[in-house]
Amino acid sequence: MTATIECDVLVVGAGPAGIAAAAAAAACGANTVVVDDAPAAGGQIWRSSANYPPPRRARRWLRRLEASGASLESGAGVVDVERTEGDDRLAVHVERAHGAVRIDTRSLVLATGARERFLPFPGWTLPNVIGVGGAQALRKSGMNVRGKRVVIAGSGPLLLPVAASLAHGGARVLVVAEQAPARRVRRFAAGLWRRPATAFQAATLRAGFLRTPYFFDTWVTSARGEDRVTGVELADSSGRRRVIECDMLCAAFGLVPNLELPRLVGCAVRDGVVHVDDRQATSVAGVYCAGEPTGIGGVDLALVEGEIAGRAAARTPTGGRLTRARTALRRGAASLDAAFALRPELFSLARDDTIVCRCEDVRLGQLDPRWTTRQAKLYTRAGMGACQGRLCGAALECLRAWPPDTVRPPIRPARLATLLSE
Amino acid sequence: MSERLWIVVDGERVEAARGATVAAVLLDAGVTAFRRSPTGAARAPLCGMGVCFECRVTIDGEAHQRACMRLVEPEMQILTSAAT
Repeated sequence: MTATIECDVLVVGAGPAGIAAAAAAAACGANTVVVDDAPAAGGQIWRSSANYPPPRRARRWLRRLEASGASLESGAGVVDVERTEGDDRLAVHVERAHGAVRIDTRSLVLATGARERFLPFPGWTLPNVIGVGGAQALRKSGMNVRGKRVVIAGSGPLLLPVAASLAHGGARVLVVAEQAPARRVRRFAAGLWRRPATAFQAATLRAGFLRTPYFFDTWVTSARGEDRVTGVELADSSGRRRVIECDMLCAAFGLVPNLELPRLVGCAVRDGVVHVDDRQATSVAGVYCAGEPTGIGGVDLALVEGEIAGRAAARTPTGGRLTRARTALRRGAASLDAAFALRPELFSLARDDTIVCRCEDVRLGQLDPRWTTRQAKLYTRAGMGACQGRLCGAALECLRAWPPDTVRPPIRPARLATLLSE
Repeated sequence: MSERLWIVVDGERVEAARGATVAAVLLDAGVTAFRRSPTGAARAPLCGMGVCFECRVTIDGEAHQRACMRLVEPEMQILTSAAT
């Protein structure tokens, strides 16, 4: 028999949005539980470890979460969600390292965050080709980069802070290649001075001290190497190509929201983000959503949305201060999208023999452009592996314009014992 | 200096810092083939945050564990694709 926990508000995800939601809900008197897949709270942006303490702001929020009385379950991943009998509550099935647990809740706050967008290019499956945020996550969790020659090639405001962090860890960051044009990024950066401080702003300053070349209009075309990456070819808008020897290539193209859980629950998704009302309520009764799944907006917006969602889930009205802050921050998020829009060249980097689905080793040439995502699954197993299409799905939305297939439980690989306990 | 501990990777003792993830420790130890893809290619961490499942290894006898999502523990037994 599986253990069952009862609560008023269950928050999924302990990044900034989830922490703010849980702290707010608990402060409003709701019996609140927050679950997160990772070993420690903080999400990606506030990821920390024994040797990499969280920033001051994160510590303040973590203390607030602890003081709120909300109970945190780390290392716990949601596998399935269903309506309980009588339809008034939700049963959330969660897998932990040492067994499954069922959490029955009145309200659910989805704060599932975002992942990086990876676009396939020749050689991208080689060891030591990693994400940009991925490199940062690995460094924070203990990876030593001292003396490593690193090329960062991708897009978005993460590139510079990650370059600064890797350099601080002793890496030789040879090049930072941003695919977007300089004028658009500069306009975006200029707009930041009128908004609250961001990591991008601080890193732009630091990058000056690093003396790392920061190229615009430049992108990766292939990674070279036999059993690991040893070099990368970059192209730029003038048609120039160059090969740079390196030990590590960080390549990712912005963020995509984690929508598996919202879509499993049945939340309406529009233009790739969860549709929410003023109270962060989704189209499904009792289910709220905050942070990146409602639109990539960064930590400040995630905190505000989280607080609004947490209060709403605890059936407490929200004041005008939070909703006004949200309006201003959402404007900033829209300018980010425009600044780092992906150039079409990126969608033709993969050749017919380039692997697109890394779990099942399906190559681009095997995927008939006339198919749907479902047909690709049935005919080639693309998207059927352990990551369940989390990587190739986002890539094929770009390369083939295929919308995602329906989400079915379990939404992550689970033990048989977990599935049998439902 | 952080507290050190020992784990066992494919039969070899490897020193690690407490608080590090298995993925970080294996990368520092020079492991590049965490797992093998269906066609036999070496794969190593890509996303670093539990999404891509490329860093799967066997931990204390349990297969398909994401190395990036588990912290090292003293005497943890890790098997990579080199051992299977």
